[in-house]
Amino acid sequence: MGSFVFKPFEEMTADDYAAIGLMGGLEVHQQLRTRRKLFCRCPAGCYSSAYDCEVLRHMRPTLSELGEYDGTALMEKKTRKNIFYRIHHATVCTYEIDDTPPFFPDEEAVDIALEISLLLNLNIVGEMHIARKQYLDGSIPTGFQRTTILGVDGWIPYRGRRIGMRQLSLEEDSCREVSDEGHDRVLLTDRLGMPLIEAVTEPDMRTPQEIADVCQIIRLVCRSTGNVRTGYGAGREDVNVSVRGGTRVEIKGVPQICRIPLLVYNEAMRQCALLHIRDELKRRGVTSDTFESAVFDVTRQIARTKYPPIREAIQQGHRVRCVLLRGFAGLLNHPTQEHTTFAKEFSDRVRVIACLSKLPNLVHSDTAADLLAVRDWKDLGKRTNRGEQDALILVWGSEADARTACDEIVIRAREATRGIPNDTRQAFKDGTTGFERVLPGAERMYPDTDLPPMAITMDRLDRIRETLPVRVWERQEWYRSLGLPPDVIEPLCISSRAELFQRIVVELGVDSVFAGVVLVQRLKALRRDGLDPDALSDTDMFEVFGAYAEGQLTRAGVLQVLAWWLRLPPDQRSMSTLLQAQTHRPLAGAELDRWVADLVVRTQHTPFRSPEARLRNLTGRLIREAAGRVDGREAAECLARSLGDSRLQVSSKGGQR
Amino acid sequence: MSDDARKGYRGLARTVLERHGVGVWSDVEIDSQQGRFTGLVLPRSETADDQHIVLKLSSGYNIGVAAATVVGMKETGRREAHYHIPEKEFPVDPGKPNVVLLGTGGTIASRLDYRTGAVIPAFSPGELYGSVPELADICNLRTEKLFGVFSENMGPEQYIRLAERIGECIAEGVDGIVIGHGTDTMHHTAAVLTFMVQNTPVPIVMVGSQRSSDRPSSDAASNLINAVKAAAEGDIAEVLVCMFGPTSDQYALLHRGTRVRKMHSSYRSTFRTIGDVPLAMVDPAGIRHLRQDYKRRRTDRSVQINTAFEEKVTILYYYPNMRPDVVDAVVEKGYRGIIIAGTGLGHVNKPLYPALRRACEKGVHVYMTVQTLWGYVQMYVYETGREIMGLGVQPAANMLPEVAYMKLCWALGQTDDREEVQRIMLTPVSDETTDREPYNGYLVFQGEIPEVQDFLRSIKR
Repeated sequence: MGSFVFKPFEEMTADDYAAIGLMGGLEVHQQLRTRRKLFCRCPAGCYSSAYDCEVLRHMRPTLSELGEYDGTALMEKKTRKNIFYRIHHATVCTYEIDDTPPFFPDEEAVDIALEISLLLNLNIVGEMHIARKQYLDGSIPTGFQRTTILGVDGWIPYRGRRIGMRQLSLEEDSCREVSDEGHDRVLLTDRLGMPLIEAVTEPDMRTPQEIADVCQIIRLVCRSTGNVRTGYGAGREDVNVSVRGGTRVEIKGVPQICRIPLLVYNEAMRQCALLHIRDELKRRGVTSDTFESAVFDVTRQIARTKYPPIREAIQQGHRVRCVLLRGFAGLLNHPTQEHTTFAKEFSDRVRVIACLSKLPNLVHSDTAADLLAVRDWKDLGKRTNRGEQDALILVWGSEADARTACDEIVIRAREATRGIPNDTRQAFKDGTTGFERVLPGAERMYPDTDLPPMAITMDRLDRIRETLPVRVWERQEWYRSLGLPPDVIEPLCISSRAELFQRIVVELGVDSVFAGVVLVQRLKALRRDGLDPDALSDTDMFEVFGAYAEGQLTRAGVLQVLAWWLRLPPDQRSMSTLLQAQTHRPLAGAELDRWVADLVVRTQHTPFRSPEARLRNLTGRLIREAAGRVDGREAAECLARSLGDSRLQVSSKGGQR
Repeated sequence: MSDDARKGYRGLARTVLERHGVGVWSDVEIDSQQGRFTGLVLPRSETADDQHIVLKLSSGYNIGVAAATVVGMKETGRREAHYHIPEKEFPVDPGKPNVVLLGTGGTIASRLDYRTGAVIPAFSPGELYGSVPELADICNLRTEKLFGVFSENMGPEQYIRLAERIGECIAEGVDGIVIGHGTDTMHHTAAVLTFMVQNTPVPIVMVGSQRSSDRPSSDAASNLINAVKAAAEGDIAEVLVCMFGPTSDQYALLHRGTRVRKMHSSYRSTFRTIGDVPLAMVDPAGIRHLRQDYKRRRTDRSVQINTAFEEKVTILYYYPNMRPDVVDAVVEKGYRGIIIAGTGLGHVNKPLYPALRRACEKGVHVYMTVQTLWGYVQMYVYETGREIMGLGVQPAANMLPEVAYMKLCWALGQTDDREEVQRIMLTPVSDETTDREPYNGYLVFQGEIPEVQDFLRSIKR
């Protein structure tokens, strides 16, 4: 396993991923479009980094309902963070800062979340129980996120197979981080309390691309309700990755689907490297049973070093401590991800848990660069009784932080003998991941004692089922069978015009590609022109396509009418009146011939490079002058006839009505 | 299966569990009309409906399955949960002061109750040390659970028991006493203890929490640490309330037991000294005194315990249009004392006058306080006030209504003599009435005023 050689990202195949036993799962987060926040009556979706005041809090771990402490909770306790919440009075009330108990969950949010649950084929629970999911990193002032399961055990189709949906929960969103330096973490509370769903898949994906594809499907399902928020941060995903022989690692908060594949590739590479390191340690006789380490205060031994970070630390009165890891020599330089070595695993822990966030925060004996003088290493070797096979890691900081740092280094080193620790990892822009915290377990769940269980009635589900949109994968399949271009399929299947599209195609028999292009791309173009196509009701649009189907409008005329209508003052907008006006009746027969003859005469002395150029130019002019009353193909054909040149080929683009 | 095996389940849900031979702590697969659900059957809260079965999923979440939709149920195993706070023996250091923590209930130390789904008190030195190890840096702690009641259920029986036990603890030689108490009526208990336990040589510090200790943002641990600090090291030998000071996690305030009041239903910083300033600020680093007029810690063991208490006393919270029959009814039922929370400077409407006169003539002791909480009863200012005094109603200066209630209970427990009661009522034991209200004793800021906004922006409250 550890012997698998990673190819560059672009060259990895599904077989390669099968060889390392890659398994991927997703937790897709999506904000819902509601008027209020989930557990209080604050307005939803008002974001600003302005704030009126700051509140300081500290977090302590508590026991789970089953009497266990959660590992993440204990980790966060070690960090001893001061957490500052920035509060804007208009968007945050006493609920979000945990000075008022919760109100009943927003009904709108529950309905939307149930709708998405049904679309994902989940089994809907009979009763919602609000749980507290502990987050001691301060991202929620209560120290926990209120969350509730709405459905379990569903599925979505993907390439002829089913991807399992483990569960869907409705929860409150957390704070946004402003900064996190040393022991101070600053958070913005504007996003706090926003209703959010978390849709969790089974680990059924086998390649990085599959994970991204499935994520896209779930995202589209959410969008198809028309009731979710869009924009940066409104949808985020956690990606779970494991390789054969390893364990689940979570990459947290990936903001864009397109970033998933590279992150997964790098994470898989890291995990394989960690397994390789474990095997190498085992070969050297280092296992979790035989693991040996020792910690020394070496402030005195290293006092004369020239290495600036350590020198500055000593000047500030900080301590320098050294961890001896028996049998680890050479491994700290082992690559784990692109441009990253095993030593970063230690540096990350020290940064996050001991709050030694100023980098570099450690130096180790495998470092190729001469950061410390040979004499320094010699002194340290003597002090720590270091053997040839052993590695040293030095850290510096206040007495307490340096101690915590050494404890964490020892913990991380011991984990190396077992392979891959259960981490939650940050997603970096370069596609690599970094330690964020210990992966929390079921122990962090605790029933919320502030709200009673709430039944989900059959009546409620029936009401939601009545207006359930067609599932996106069903729409997509139909669109593909109609021959719609891919760049129309995706936006159309989540568009609020999807139902209209179906009526236009089925009831009016309008060409589906034309209808799809108008509803997706042309409306977007109108928006770019500064018009508001949302003002067009489905009824208006249906009427326009009806006129087109009856031959009262050309294709160009359809667009012309829509634009004219949108340019009218709102109180004068009447589609029927507009359509009755003779001004957009298509040009045909003798009338079209007259327009063409006139144009040909007017331009007979204009020089053109070639007959083709003349035809192209005149076609364009005719379309412009006829203002939507003639389509390109028809104009070109008529002009070609009139110019009497049979060699002129009219492009065959454009379908039939 | 025993009753306990279907803890909390009634009606249909219970029938369905029985039909399938399943009880709580069973791992089950439930097939329902909504699909399959797999998890551990948990006890049900007795106040919840009888239509749902509670499952804990492997992810740690709980859900309810509608009993009416259940088609089949299969037990696949059993797993009983044992909730315990890791207990560690509280270390003893002869060089540290000895503090006793008397438990009355409340959320200072608590755990989840599966039946009610609510938080119930739990408490032992080992448990406390397991969850708040910092306490061992301050003192040697002994705990005694006197009773486990929510603070709204505190009453004379508990007050008397508490006062007596405090007396015994002082005699035993403790250096400080901490009382864990629910916050709702903490100020009532603080007031009555001030009267029942006088001239204490050591601090008696009441403490609670506004956020239960089962949550990471709980104020329980920090309040407890600060209260133990005040009890172990503090110099103020009085009955005190030690609770969260500002909105932020910074320090606790020590309030005099007779001037403190819970002012918000849920804020952490809910306890405020009314009409005066608090005694001190406490944080783990130390105690900062805000005033010097307090009773000093002593090494002697003398203390006066007087647990007299008359239960037939009430508070009438006056409102416009209050009818005289309310007063008559109270008198008729044998009440011996009435505290009126009057409007403004201490007023009630005219129709009440005859009823109040009848009450006073029947020997009922009637005292006037103000529902504005801040400020004095001043019945000479308006003729109304003078008329009411003429009926026999006694002004109680700036005593808080709840404090006046406790004091009258205590006074009437000792005597029925009108003048003696009056002497007791109007002679302050510990600032329940004060001679003067300092200018900074009334600070209720209003939001959005520019200077207040500046303050909020620059100071973490």
